[in-house]
Amino acid sequence: MLYGLIVFLPLIGAILAGLFGRWLGDRGSHIVTCGLVTASALLSVPAFWFVAIQGNTQIVELFPWIISGELEASWALRVDQLTAVMLVVVTSVSAVVHWYSIGYMHDDPHQPRFFAYLSLFTFAMLALVTADNFIQMFFGWEGVGLCSYLLIGFWYHKPSANAAAIKAFIVNRVGDFGFALGICAVFFVFQSVEFDAVFEAVPRFVDTEIEFLGTHLDTLTVITILLFIGAMGKSAQIGLHTWLPDAMEGPTPVSALIHAATMVTAGVFMVARLSPMFEYAEFTLMLVTIVGALTAIMAATIGLVQNDIKRVIAYSTCSQLGYMFFACGVSAYQAGVFHLFTHAFFKALLFLGAGSVIHAFSGEQDMRRMGGVWRMIPMTYALMWIGSLALGGIPLFAGFYSKDIVLEAAWGAHSGVGQLAFVLGIMAAGLTAFYSWRLLFMTFHGHSRASHEVLHHVHESPPVMIVPLLFLAAGAVFAGMLFAPLFVGDNHGFWGDSIFVLASHTALEEAHHAPLWVKLLPLVVAVTGIGTAYWMYIARPELPARLAEQHRELYRFFLNKWYWDELYDILFVRSARAIGTFFWKKGDEATIDGYGPNGVASRVLDIARRAARLQTGYVYHYAFVMLIGVVAFVTWYLFIVGM
Amino acid sequence: MIEFPDISPAITELWLAIAAMALLLIGVVRGDRATRMVVWLSVGVLAVAIWLVWSDADTSVVTFSGLFVADRFAAFAKVLVLLGSALALVLSLEFLERERLERPEFPVLVVLATLGMMIMIAANDLLSLYVGLELQSLSLYVLAAFNRDSEKSTESGLKYFVLGALASGILLYGATLVYGFTGSTSFTGIAGALAAQEERSIGVLFGLAFVTAGLAFKVAAVPFHMWTPDVYEGAPTPVTAFFSLAPKVAALALFMRVMLGPFGGIADDWVGIIGLLAATSMVLGAFAAIGQTNIKRLMAYSSIGHVGYALMGLAAHSPGGVRGTLVYLTIYLAMNLGAWGVILSMRRTDGKLVENVEDLAGMARTRPFLAAAMAIFMFSLAGVPPLAGFFGKFYVFFAAVDAGLYLLAVIGVLATVVGSYYYLRIVKVMYFDEPAPAFLQPAGATIAVIAVTAIFTLLFFLFPAPFVAEAHLASLALFP
Repeated sequence: MLYGLIVFLPLIGAILAGLFGRWLGDRGSHIVTCGLVTASALLSVPAFWFVAIQGNTQIVELFPWIISGELEASWALRVDQLTAVMLVVVTSVSAVVHWYSIGYMHDDPHQPRFFAYLSLFTFAMLALVTADNFIQMFFGWEGVGLCSYLLIGFWYHKPSANAAAIKAFIVNRVGDFGFALGICAVFFVFQSVEFDAVFEAVPRFVDTEIEFLGTHLDTLTVITILLFIGAMGKSAQIGLHTWLPDAMEGPTPVSALIHAATMVTAGVFMVARLSPMFEYAEFTLMLVTIVGALTAIMAATIGLVQNDIKRVIAYSTCSQLGYMFFACGVSAYQAGVFHLFTHAFFKALLFLGAGSVIHAFSGEQDMRRMGGVWRMIPMTYALMWIGSLALGGIPLFAGFYSKDIVLEAAWGAHSGVGQLAFVLGIMAAGLTAFYSWRLLFMTFHGHSRASHEVLHHVHESPPVMIVPLLFLAAGAVFAGMLFAPLFVGDNHGFWGDSIFVLASHTALEEAHHAPLWVKLLPLVVAVTGIGTAYWMYIARPELPARLAEQHRELYRFFLNKWYWDELYDILFVRSARAIGTFFWKKGDEATIDGYGPNGVASRVLDIARRAARLQTGYVYHYAFVMLIGVVAFVTWYLFIVGM
Repeated sequence: MIEFPDISPAITELWLAIAAMALLLIGVVRGDRATRMVVWLSVGVLAVAIWLVWSDADTSVVTFSGLFVADRFAAFAKVLVLLGSALALVLSLEFLERERLERPEFPVLVVLATLGMMIMIAANDLLSLYVGLELQSLSLYVLAAFNRDSEKSTESGLKYFVLGALASGILLYGATLVYGFTGSTSFTGIAGALAAQEERSIGVLFGLAFVTAGLAFKVAAVPFHMWTPDVYEGAPTPVTAFFSLAPKVAALALFMRVMLGPFGGIADDWVGIIGLLAATSMVLGAFAAIGQTNIKRLMAYSSIGHVGYALMGLAAHSPGGVRGTLVYLTIYLAMNLGAWGVILSMRRTDGKLVENVEDLAGMARTRPFLAAAMAIFMFSLAGVPPLAGFFGKFYVFFAAVDAGLYLLAVIGVLATVVGSYYYLRIVKVMYFDEPAPAFLQPAGATIAVIAVTAIFTLLFFLFPAPFVAEAHLASLALFP
């Protein structure tokens, strides 16, 4: 009952605001959606208490959903420690974003629609994290994808927003295709899509082979790689990450909720949830580690040189997701989920803070036209500092605890890929600190580069936007120190059976015994990064331009986001277009239409014209035709008799 | 001593003949002012005739020394003909008054033509066939040229007359050949003679070829259709409406009686000919209408196409086929009457009658009721379910497939597809084009005819049973 309410209250809000928003009005939609999501958030606290602290995990069967032959999927709520953590994250951040949006969207003409989408998203995300089988998880997975699409394209009159929405949907399609194939493979191998049944059967399929694409491959490796491709799409990992920066076209609260705190972490959640499968697939774990590490460093380098305030944070998200993945890759799922947990708070804080900045600058997002306003918007400034400190991994702030344990676990894995992840992670940590403070300095310090008119309007955001941020700020400060002992402490009892780690995978255990230099290194590089940022943007503001000039190629490479979009444009978009054009012009128009509908139609017109031309109007022509008819009849009879 | 023939089976024909003379007298005495009265009296006369036919439908007698037959088939066809003539007269009144053609001869000629048709339907001998045919044709020639001050009208009358005379000649020549090779003019006699012959007589087949050609001219089947578009376009519109209704029914009834009666025994020989007539009519009706801009001409081709479908039932030469054709004719009568009602209402506010497809533009906005009715008729003529036209086609296609005439059925279906184009184009013009100037409010009688036929067309699918059952009984009369 409790869990059912948590999951379905947002859906009720979405239905009310979505279908009856016209009657409810803006105010009514606010009350309905914010109220129900807040209720859901409040209820998730006792849920967390019962499940995570007291250990009462349970599966609530709601109703059978699909029964077709051997395929049986029920709608059930699987509530264990992992789910409980996600419930808290999703509902609390969602509630905060709902409240914040009241202020942020206050002059938008389509508010009921916006809040309906937000609530619908919350429901889909909750359905995802409470899933008890692959099908239900896929339902939530696609549901959040749909809401993401709708919300990115919320300002549908903007062509760039539409393009971004379509891009997000299509790139995710690639990942979802992998996920769907993975689910099919799970059903093919295990004859079930229930988590419990599958997890229980996994050990029996170690070292078995499956025929895939004509070759024999390790069963679990194939399945987990397919599933991981799905996670890569949703969590914007290297190769499938290109949609995330563009998704910033959506309203800022959407970026905070969907593209920072919750939906993009669904991939990490999925890997953690399926840890009983991934644990037996060594190769896949290696792959996860490498992909995560590469994403972390790649996104961080791009973040260095971006000028759009939201894009910087978007690449930072991408990079932090990489951290979570390589934590999972070295079997430290707990660390990955812990980072997910803290990240949700401080990244949502950063995004909403950025929203507040954008709000203050009358919609400006380019940091090159900001600066020097920290006195005018002190609350926002302070909140951004807290978010950056947490992100940078400064001690006592949330990010410090989670990022350190992630890096230590990578070191503690004592494997080749683990070392690679550690090195790249340390580098990315330095870059993260650098670009975070670059953002702070460019936005708030120095001479203002905004126009006089914009500057005149700079104002602090209303309380309805600031108060939610305070809550997130509290999370960004305390979430780490409070939950670190619980989530990743020496006592591993917290997670119960929700996360499974083979006894031979001891990365997390080793992490606690990492030498001091390993523990200190992230902090050192972070401080170095901050110092560099201060030097380059406060002390010597002319330096960045010179540096960019000196390393022109590298700068352009980063600025153009490693040319991923250009590469895809050449590889897929243009070739697909060329093929499409070929089939359209030559295949459809010239062949099918030419000989088919259009050809027939023009032949019909020809015949019609000829038939009409027979009608000359001369009586003797008509009489002649009649006589021909008679002759034809007579001939016919002669022919018959001849037979 | 010559026995006086039993005249009671021909009571309807006698009533019409006497009434026509009486009406003529009224017209002569009262002059042009009497037109309106004579029209309504004629409608009354035809209504009484319907009652006379229907009250004695369930008979099967031959009289006048075997020249004349009264059976259920005749009764069914006669009711259709009488209904068609009466309602065409109702539609014509407004036209006559507005176009200053108020002459009492008009209704009298219609009644006389109808009498000719009655005799055609009841003919049981080549001689009575010819008498009926000529009485009908001569009246129609005059009607076509009725607007004698109009060049087009007189031209159409003359064309019709010349070609009709040729067709009559062909028919008569065929009749003499048949008589020569069977020794009889009576349908029963011919059938008997053919049954007695051991092998096929080339002379009879030659005769049949000519008779078929003559009848094909009357129903306007390809390639004997050439007169139709010109005559339909040139004749005054109510006359055209009349042409496309009652005479079609009568000629098709006669066609069926001749082919299935005296020549029913050698059906295998003529099925090919009728199939060819049906196929070419359907195809030409579909294709040639596409290019037409004049709606009367378009309806001429449409009627050619529909004759093709009706002949398909004859080609099936089975009770089911005849039933199909009779149902087809019933439905055809209703939807064509309605369509002509709308066409007769295409009168601009300045009183000018227009007759191009483009003139219907945007009628949905200026005259929504008329446009909706026209849309129903057009969809029905195209054969879109669940309108009546679909069922008409359904029964004949069914009969054709039952008789193994698959190729014919396929051609029919394809022709329907092509034909839909020009019917639907009219709907498109009415509903989606920029409105042309509005039309005058039609007369009440016209509206009534349009409304009744539209409702019939729309709701036929709810109660097809009585019509189909009656047509079935009628068809059995041709297969003793």
